[in-house]
Order: sequence, then C-alpha cells, then structure tokens
Amino acid sequence: MTGKLKAICTLKGHTGIVWNTSWHPKGLMLASCGEDKTIRLWNYKDGDKSTLKCLLADGHQRTVRAIAWSHCGQSLASASFDATIAIWDYKSGQFECNATLEGHENEVKSVAWSRSGSMLATCSRDKSVWVWEVWEDNEYECAAVLNAHSQDVKKVVWHPHEDILASASYDNNVKLYMEDASDKEWTCVGTLSSHTSTVWSLAFDKTGDRIVTSSDDRTLKIWQKYLPGNPEGISVKDGNFVYKCVCTISGFHTRPIYDVTWCHLTDLIATACGDNSIRIFKEEDLSDRNQPSFSCISHVNEAHLQDINSVQWNPVVKGVLASCSDDGMVKIWKMEST
Amino acid sequence: MILTISSLLMMFANLMQQTKKIIQEKYLKNDSGNTTATMIEIDTTDEQLEEKTQELKDQIFDIIRTIKDPEKPATLEDLNVVYENGVEVINQRSLKLYTVRIEFNPTVPHCSLATLIGLSIRIKVIRSILENVKLDIYIKEGAHTTEEEINKQINDKERVAAAMENPSLRDVVEKCIKEEE
Repeated sequence: MTGKLKAICTLKGHTGIVWNTSWHPKGLMLASCGEDKTIRLWNYKDGDKSTLKCLLADGHQRTVRAIAWSHCGQSLASASFDATIAIWDYKSGQFECNATLEGHENEVKSVAWSRSGSMLATCSRDKSVWVWEVWEDNEYECAAVLNAHSQDVKKVVWHPHEDILASASYDNNVKLYMEDASDKEWTCVGTLSSHTSTVWSLAFDKTGDRIVTSSDDRTLKIWQKYLPGNPEGISVKDGNFVYKCVCTISGFHTRPIYDVTWCHLTDLIATACGDNSIRIFKEEDLSDRNQPSFSCISHVNEAHLQDINSVQWNPVVKGVLASCSDDGMVKIWKMEST
Repeated sequence: MILTISSLLMMFANLMQQTKKIIQEKYLKNDSGNTTATMIEIDTTDEQLEEKTQELKDQIFDIIRTIKDPEKPATLEDLNVVYENGVEVINQRSLKLYTVRIEFNPTVPHCSLATLIGLSIRIKVIRSILENVKLDIYIKEGAHTTEEEINKQINDKERVAAAMENPSLRDVVEKCIKEEE
C-alpha cells in the first residue's frame, strides 16, 4: 500500500509556538496549546470546515506545553512551564478550570490519563514522574513520585488497556512502571535503553504489545513485548514482561523527531520532525514479528514552515491526522490511499 | 538588520527568476534536445545555491559577532569566542533547508557562562532568521570541561524555550543580544 497525506485544513489563532494537540475521544474536537499560554478547542468537520469552538485562557502563567483529554471526554488536563497542571471540566455547556495540581519543582512537560480515568500521570524537568489518583469532586491525590530517570522527563504515556505507565527522558531512556500488587507501591519495572540521545516521545500500538519511540538521535525504534517463557527464548527477569528493541528506523529523519503517533485504526505510524516534515510509516506485509521491517509510505516536505512539535491520529475518523508547529499553525491532514 | 536580510533575500529571489527566464529562453531557442537545457539549469542552480550559502554564512556571522559577553565589556568577536570560520552552512536541498552550525570557543575551559553564551547566540539568530534555517550550536571541541552536557542543553529547543520564560535569565540574554544604537 502506498498513500498520500493531504492537507485539508489550517487552523490559525495561536501566536508563537504551538506545542501539542489532543483529539477528543469522540474525534469531533481537537485541543491545541502553546507559547501564548492558551488552550484552543477546535470543532473538527470534514474538509476545511473546522472552526474555533472556544478559547481557554488564564489557566497558566507560562507556556502550556501539553494537553490530554480523559477517555470519557469530560475532562482536559494541561501541563505548563509554570510547574502546574490544570484540570478543565465540561459542566453546564462550558469548560471550567476546577483543579490546579501543584508539586513539581519546575516545568511540567507532559500529562496523560490512564485508560480507566482513575489516574493521571505527569512529568517534569525536575526528573520525576508523578502518578495522581483521581477522586470524586475534583480531588487529586499524589499516589507516587517516581525518580527512575537521571534527567529531565519529556513525555508520559499510558498503556492502552492496562495500568502500565511509560516515560521518555533527556537521559536517553524510557522507563516503565506498574503498581506492585502486594504492597500497592508504584515501581519501575523496565528500562528501554538503546537511543543515543533524548527520547522525545513514544506511542503504544493498539494491542499495547509494541512501543514506538522517537528521539533526538534521528531514529525511531520499535519495541516488542515478551512474556516469561516466550518461545523466542528472550530472557524476562522479575517475572513480568520485557520490551525488546526489534527494529530501528533510520536514514529518513534529518533532525530531532519531536513526536510519534501510532494509529489504533490503521496501524500507521506518523512522525513530527524538526526538518518541517511529516512522515508516515507502515509495517511491511509478511514482516517478521521478531524482526519487523517498516517502510516510509508518505513524506510531506514543508508540512509546516518550522519545526513540527506534535502529530496525533484521530481516534475515530480513519486516516485523519493533526499536527502543530513552531510556525503557530495547527493543521489537519488526511491519508488518502492510492 | 532584519531589513537588510529581507532585502538581500528579495534580491536573491529576483536573481533566481532572471536566471530561470534566461534558461527558458535558451531552452526555447535550442531545439536540439532538452538534455543540455536541463543540465544548464542544474549547474546554474548549484552556483546560485553556493552563492546563497555564502551569503547566509556572512549574515549569520554578522548577527553573532556583536553579541556582548555576559561579564566583560566586549563583544564575542573581540574575545575570539566566535569567529568567521566557526559558522558552517549546509544546504539540504531536497528538504529546502539550510542547516547552520555555529561553533564557539569559551574563554576558559570551566567557563560558567558557556551555556548563557550559547543561549544568547541561539536566541539572536532565531529572532533574525526563521524559515528554512535550522540551527546547531556547539562548543569548540576540547574547549570546555562539560562540553557535551552544554551542547545537549543549548540544542534542546524545549529547554531553551523554558529558559527564556525565566525572567532573570531572559534579562541577561536580552542585555547580551541588544544592538547598540
């Protein structure tokens, strides 16, 4: 299969860098955030009909670095360089900031809701990853402060089905965490070590058995999950599981890869790169599970005028992708098979 | 300064158009085949690009030479922290991008202000030239005790963006990059 990624809509409004985008779980709304300290919610409509729905300002004192919708679609979390996380709830027809989470020492870089919605994860330049428990009435309680990284933590992502958390860091590694069933303590249960520079982002595939990581070292890496006693004979210590690097995709990206997204509908991988390009990768037919190969099926040169910071596949509408950039724009793309 | 650059770019664009015209005319007159014409076009473009690369190199050096040292009453050029052959421009033609690599030499190997100097260089260059230019800034090899650490930090766009939102740090950088009237 080949395909072509076509720009269908450009959303203007932010001033300065747009850092992150997040699709509402129903796929009809997109949130974006950036240097101008605002969060913008856009109504997604097919073609070029998408429009600004509302603007959330006054939540943060500095850059809003990342945003994430809860899976129920009722709450939006935003992480800021002002060291706080804000929770916006949809009540009586509008979004209101109902909680501000404090605790990180400096810039919060990423935020993510667990699948069940009962937990929130955040990470910061202070090298820590926090797990927050979500209670009724906008109560958020810190359940764990995880200090597995030796540097700035760039990204937190939850496993799509289980309460397994992954974090990517400036220390070149990805760490995995789980709650220990016996003592209810969150602990680091794995390290993904192979990149030679900052790991900017990561994404799970739809099964959660694979992870793709994107790095400042200009490569993507695919990691495959192995359970104890696997037929391949991959050693699994501590009895849980291990993610092993089974593929390195190099030679395509010429600058840092700031974000990666793995579509749970089409299995396509999209990347946001510092060379102003968006690239789409697909696993080749008859690819070996333990040694998969991926090909670049689409490359949009000059997708934005500057660095691209984020790409996100629409969770409901097949082949629709959102991107945002230092150039102040949010763009919506559509993958067209040829 | 910004005005000068944009007018230079305009001049360049005009020049390109003229060249295109000349080639087109030549091609139309030459019925013997399009292979020669295509070759001329590629050659001319190469020359043009080389010229543009040199121009960009000069522009970048002009931008960074007047940055003031955070401590001393002198410019980075006066102190030999930046120098003309420390600016390298690589043309990534297929992506329509220019990668600019700037090397600088801190005055002493344990210079505590090396990060600040790197930050000032980055901010001043990105404020002057934006599109199609990608910037990498490095300390001269062997010139600093924590060279790799500083290189990584000043080339991390997120760390740079956050640093510039720190009021005291921003003030120092603004002072260093302020142009004298």
